[in-house]
Amino acid sequence: MGILEVRELVVTVEGKKILKGVSFSLEKGKIHALMGPNGSGKSTLAFALAGHPDYPVEEGRIFLNSEDITELPPYERARRGLFLGFQYPPEVEGVRLREFLRLAAANCHEPFCEFQKLYLESLAYFRMDELGDRELNVGFSGGEKKRSELLQMRVLRPKVALLDEPDSGVDVDGLRLIAAGIEEAARLGTAVLLITHYPRILEYLPISRVFVLDEGRIAREGGPELAWEIERSGYEAVRG
Amino acid sequence: MKRTSVGLTEELIEEISREKGEPRWMLEHRLRALEIFRKLPMPRFGPDLSEVDFSDISYYLRTVEPVGSWEELPEEIRRTLEELGLPEAERKALAGLGAQVDSEVVYRSILAEVRAQGVIFEPMEEALKNHPELVREHFMKVIPPEDNKFAALHGAVWSGGTFVWVPEGVEVAVPLQGYFRMQTQGVGQFEHTLIVAEAGSSVHYIEGCSAPRYTKAALHSGMVEIVAKEGAHVRFTTIQNWSRNVYNLNNKRAVAYAGATVDWVSGSLGSKVTMLYPSTILAGRGAKTENLSFSFARNGQWLDLGAKAIHLAPDTSSRLVSRSVVQGKAKNVFRGKLYVAPEAKGAKGHVECSTLLLSPEAETETIPTLDVRNHEVEVGHEATVGRVSRDQLFYLMSRGLDEAEALSLIINGFVSPILKEIPFEYAVELKRLLEMSFAEAIG
Repeated sequence: MGILEVRELVVTVEGKKILKGVSFSLEKGKIHALMGPNGSGKSTLAFALAGHPDYPVEEGRIFLNSEDITELPPYERARRGLFLGFQYPPEVEGVRLREFLRLAAANCHEPFCEFQKLYLESLAYFRMDELGDRELNVGFSGGEKKRSELLQMRVLRPKVALLDEPDSGVDVDGLRLIAAGIEEAARLGTAVLLITHYPRILEYLPISRVFVLDEGRIAREGGPELAWEIERSGYEAVRG
Repeated sequence: MKRTSVGLTEELIEEISREKGEPRWMLEHRLRALEIFRKLPMPRFGPDLSEVDFSDISYYLRTVEPVGSWEELPEEIRRTLEELGLPEAERKALAGLGAQVDSEVVYRSILAEVRAQGVIFEPMEEALKNHPELVREHFMKVIPPEDNKFAALHGAVWSGGTFVWVPEGVEVAVPLQGYFRMQTQGVGQFEHTLIVAEAGSSVHYIEGCSAPRYTKAALHSGMVEIVAKEGAHVRFTTIQNWSRNVYNLNNKRAVAYAGATVDWVSGSLGSKVTMLYPSTILAGRGAKTENLSFSFARNGQWLDLGAKAIHLAPDTSSRLVSRSVVQGKAKNVFRGKLYVAPEAKGAKGHVECSTLLLSPEAETETIPTLDVRNHEVEVGHEATVGRVSRDQLFYLMSRGLDEAEALSLIINGFVSPILKEIPFEYAVELKRLLEMSFAEAIG
């Protein structure tokens, strides 16, 4: 059994069935890619797994570390080691990144001294020193927001990280940093699900599995070669 | 213990004045104010005040004689003040402290070095005896009894409060504090605070207040008058946490002469009804004022707040900023008023109010009034009303914060532009208060 097991997940949003029975499994310490055309339900899947109230699971189960988390509120999932890196992280005025993350880390049983050290180290790692005392995502550029998500992942050390397009809107240098952060997390044991529709970031990373989501179902699953196939021939070619 | 009979009569006024051993002019002032009070109508705007029954209030209650050390206080009062953290605040962060219970100041202290600077920090009654000319020159000159019904009431029955006088050029490095406690059921509180900052001086005064909760409605109608002479800087911070049976109907006004600065910082958490509109008259060239207000209205509360800047001189500037949070079936009003006189060329004024609504029944109203009588000015206002976004909430919760923690963080963030203007020790206390109020509000 993988660290995250998703079985026959059905999710309806505003009366429209978006996920129609999605199943897959993530392995500890491995990087998995979830690809798929626009509107295939990738972000819906990420939100549903993290417990967003607007993306309720109608059928199917989610297991984290063998525990059924399908009914748990988002913070309980987070406290058990599930992390969602947002595609569009919201701005939260007046709340400092440091303060917020310290609270989050405390809930994940990260001792304070450890947090301070890890936080400063992670700021340096993602070249974000000048953002460390800023308000959460307020006035961050697109690339800075993505790095801030990765920074949060690095400090919280989740068991499973769902990263929703960490590569979109990021320049080449930013992309290298983000890829390095993902690889490091996997090396330290995090199971990563990298959601993207551009295979570019995959060139920087050792991918173990590729899932292709299409019309609410996993249409294909395979090794890294599947990503190159998509790059060469587009999603049309991989449609079953 | 000395307690007057219930009700508002000439005899009562004479009794209070006699009890305090006041000079003749003060008794005459009180009687004149009572007459004005009877003539003036109740406010024609804002919350319903029909529950305030002027004939069913004790206007004066002296519990104990004032003392200068905590040990001398009666056990019960001392415990109450200790629970409020006053002795600790005094040790850590204050240049002086006056604590009033019901009608009279029961404790006062001032640091020797501040006294040595010539600063006067005394209960109003003492100041009236020790510095009669100084008090008479300024008392109710900034807000005369004719101003409104509650100013008149205050003028008639005022008791307690603080007199602060800062000599020319003296900077009081650490804040002075007045703490007001309404302890006894049915007793109104009408303290008078008068701050006179001579030219080039500076002082920060902090006011805190609280009361145990009784079933009966209680009335608090204090007055604050500030005179900031040429180039002086006065900052006045209030943290209001009255219990939710209190009608808190205050008058606060400052005059800022040339080059002077007056800053009002107000945090309103408690009371059943509050009417509070700190105002600054910018009377001399280059005078400045900032008015920063935050409030948290919960079920059953009506916080009617505001700020006024009256630009009478050239090159004056004002900034009125408010952040309000409304929870449950509560109402928050912010009245931001700028008046710019014809001769106030080059005036700058800015009004900004933001409200965060936490529940569908929460009500808010922002009423900016810009009355500008010349063209060489820069004035503007902005108002926003928002709700906590589901995306923000989910974002924080997806990091392991439960709903209460996430909401509390968002609210704290929302009020942080005001909170950061409050001295650190108080900001910490205030954050704790906010979180407690909040935990209570969401159950």
